[in-house]
Amino acid sequence: MVWQTIKRWYHMLGSPRYFYTFSSLVLPWLTPIALVTLLTGLVWGLGFAPSDYQQGNSYRIIFIHVPASSGALMGYMALGVAGLVAVVWRMKMAEVMLKAIAPFGAALAAISLVTGALWGKPTWGTYWQWDARMTSMLILLFMYVGVIALQNVIRDPRQAARAAGLLAMVGVINVIIVKYSVEWVQTLHQGSTLKLFGESTINPAMKYPLLISMLGLWLLYAVNVLMRARTEVMWRERRSKWVAKLVTRPEKGER
Amino acid sequence: MAFESFADFLAMGKHGFYVWSAYGISAFLIIASMVLALRGQGQVRQTLARQQRRAELDAEVNDESRT
Repeated sequence: MVWQTIKRWYHMLGSPRYFYTFSSLVLPWLTPIALVTLLTGLVWGLGFAPSDYQQGNSYRIIFIHVPASSGALMGYMALGVAGLVAVVWRMKMAEVMLKAIAPFGAALAAISLVTGALWGKPTWGTYWQWDARMTSMLILLFMYVGVIALQNVIRDPRQAARAAGLLAMVGVINVIIVKYSVEWVQTLHQGSTLKLFGESTINPAMKYPLLISMLGLWLLYAVNVLMRARTEVMWRERRSKWVAKLVTRPEKGER
Repeated sequence: MAFESFADFLAMGKHGFYVWSAYGISAFLIIASMVLALRGQGQVRQTLARQQRRAELDAEVNDESRT
């Protein structure tokens, strides 16, 4: 039963046209929800959460650092799945997603590194050290850039998707390294205080704004992916009748 | 509110520089990515509309020359 639902979804969303209509319906709702959620979390975290007893107020960087880092990691996992589907089953929508997921993920990886450095200076006394977590995060940024670059360099979109898909799959190993780097080698970066399963060791007054900004940034990532995927779908399907009709005579509510 | 005044809020203890540059750079990158995504959408739409207009014009010219 569940399997069949998944299968139906796979086939429906696998159709570029169906995806386009579906995302037209979702975006007008998802965009404002994402923005409001993110801003709520950030304002709460920056202005209302208590200051840290050791770090004072510099810890408030956490409300963007952790959401961006987790977003970059999750985005890369999604990129790896899209890569697998694109390489093995050559599904069109997976190729589209491979292109749509990468740019915002790269931006989030960059944000993670920059905010981490700016947090490290007042806390550890250094902007950067070749610590396992930081180095693997830098590699994550390079993997994103590599996937984007491969797609831009190879002319034929289907071949580009195969190459980028392979690179995306290989890079998943690095995501696992990032995740466990703080447990395997303890150098500078602290371990996670926020746990999906089990007891978090972060103060609840800091946990809730963090969770809310995390959710908000992830939703905004979804908005960005949907927007980019729509552009890509439109370009790839440019010779089809439904795109031609959409471009010249967009019906009301259909954009 | 965790701060006494707005000036306090901006100062962030002694860490205003770090906190606000972290948020400034993040905002810039996020907004840039959203704007680029939006602009790409507009560009593809425009290109396709232009191509289509040209194709329709060509079709008309061909029709006229045939009659």
